Amino acid sequence: MNRSDMLLRIENLAVEFPAGNRGRVRAVAGVSFDLARGEALGLVGESGCGKSSLARAIMQLPRPTSGTVAFDGEDLTALDAENLRSLRPRFQMIFQNPAASLNPLRTIGRTIEAPLRTLGRHDAAERTRLAREMMAAVGLDPLQFYERRPSQLSGGQCQRVSIARALMTEPRLLVCDEPVSSLDVSIQAQIINLLREVQQARGLSLLFISHDLAIVRHLCDRVAVMYLGKLCEVAPVGALFSAPHHPYSRALLAAIPRPDPKHRPAASDLLPGEPFSPMDSIEGCSFRARCPRATEECAVQQPELREMGAGHLVACHHPS
Amino acid sequence: MREPLPLLVVDKLSVHLPCGDRIVRAIDEVSFTLQRGQTLALVGESGSGKSMLCRAIMGLVPGRALLPAPGRIVFAGQDLGALKASERAGLCGRRIGMVLQDPLSALNPVMKIGRQIAEPMRHHLGMSRDQARERSFELLRAVGIAQAETRIDCYPHQLSGGMRQRVVIAIALACEPQLLIADEPTTALDVTVQADILDLLARLQQERNMAMILVSHNLGVVAGRAHETAVMYAGRIVEQAPTDELFARMRMRYTRALFDAIPRLDDPAQAMLTAIGGQSPDLAALPDGCSFAPRCARAEARCSDQAPTLVSDGHARHRYACWFPCAVGANT
Repeated sequence: MNRSDMLLRIENLAVEFPAGNRGRVRAVAGVSFDLARGEALGLVGESGCGKSSLARAIMQLPRPTSGTVAFDGEDLTALDAENLRSLRPRFQMIFQNPAASLNPLRTIGRTIEAPLRTLGRHDAAERTRLAREMMAAVGLDPLQFYERRPSQLSGGQCQRVSIARALMTEPRLLVCDEPVSSLDVSIQAQIINLLREVQQARGLSLLFISHDLAIVRHLCDRVAVMYLGKLCEVAPVGALFSAPHHPYSRALLAAIPRPDPKHRPAASDLLPGEPFSPMDSIEGCSFRARCPRATEECAVQQPELREMGAGHLVACHHPS
Repeated sequence: MREPLPLLVVDKLSVHLPCGDRIVRAIDEVSFTLQRGQTLALVGESGSGKSMLCRAIMGLVPGRALLPAPGRIVFAGQDLGALKASERAGLCGRRIGMVLQDPLSALNPVMKIGRQIAEPMRHHLGMSRDQARERSFELLRAVGIAQAETRIDCYPHQLSGGMRQRVVIAIALACEPQLLIADEPTTALDVTVQADILDLLARLQQERNMAMILVSHNLGVVAGRAHETAVMYAGRIVEQAPTDELFARMRMRYTRALFDAIPRLDDPAQAMLTAIGGQSPDLAALPDGCSFAPRCARAEARCSDQAPTLVSDGHARHRYACWFPCAVGANT
């Protein structure tokens, strides 16, 4: 794919937080990847691995410690506040807890048209019309919901409101941080289908963060697996699920519960040892404390992402 | 062979919550029995009444809640409704243990975990400090925490989520309960830890011959981990069967829909998921007929007029409430 097909190019992104007198937390420790126009990339990993920090760093909320985020050719980390603001409508975010990301006092209609009001686009009547249109597009009947408040909505409905609000500025990139983790399975499926529908209809690029690989498989074209601030495997969805190379990806896949009484997910073969924390300065592979394949080499040499098939990158000294 | 006397009998239990001038029917005439050494899974969406049912068994329903007659909860032959509050409090935590969803909010953040595990033993069993501490080590080992000697003096924030949930399980087991209620014990945890915690619960349940109620919103989590599964919708049990039987022959349309909504690894990648349309009904204004009818693809006139009751056909322990059940064998 040539350069102009890429909407987002992330290079060597790092996010660090000061942790008082105990040093610094390296939440994201040098991550690089590209996201093509119209592509859906899933980012998976367990809590604390830096997924959300990475998403926020892309959004410049706050700005990353180092590295570049090139959005449509412009390095967001180098822009001043005013220029960044003018680009913001083109990359939007959806958060995990839908109720907490909506203003409880505002009606749904006003929440959805707020981005246009902030940008000073259109007059009031036109904003209302566009908001109603968007509500219908995400499956909320405007007649029924326009004047309601978040407390009168279910979790799934609140998440539809978040999606509608994010789409109002006609973004090119939608960053979704665990948008269905707090929802029931039945409602989860509705929201996943809706995201897929709007992504395809609008040609959006999607960065979809989740700890659930089964969901990612339904929604995404490519998957990036993250562990302790670094990517350990990046692959097209098909390749990752049929032939995962990194021991951590294999463990994640094996752990997915299946609705079949005859298939009992095996307890993971990960070592029970104490995993590293993002506060540690880690030599070698950060996964080695839990890795059943770790050798001496892993303690000395940090594995870099290298290509093991078409578009299939793995950071492991002993891939399977 | 006659079945032994069940450990827990829940009989026509209703929990109604007055809310202004409306009444929210959180639980509506739920009945089931549970034997020692058996696991019952309760499955349903949020608001289906799973957690309220657990709370009702623990006696933790809100003060304004009404429990209309003839609903009863009988535990080990004792009608819990007839007990005084103090007698009831002596039962919960001692003979009935509970594991909650979020291990961080279930633990006291400013108390070392050793003291939190010792607390129920000191309170209910009158153990001395030293005795309780000695037992706490054993419990920490039993729930798979390595280096119990150092961990016992940790605060909750020093432990990972999975580790905290193990501590919560240790507390629930401290007084050797006969019944363990696990309310979404792995929902707040990572998938890699989920299987470990569920295996741990299953092992402890077997070893100690406890009865267990395992609550989840995901049918995938309970498959292979419960002897029986009851599916709840809008405060009622709508289908119940031995787990293998349920998965082999789902009859109630809602069970089937819940099953179909789970993203599966053997579906083609990027296939649309089969979502259940609409929302759970308003529990203060339940429809006259089947409460699932407004969301059911197969609903007919009869469904919205007349509420189906639990019936069985073929398998005596398979009960379902549906006028137009899925055909047997349609699952494969």
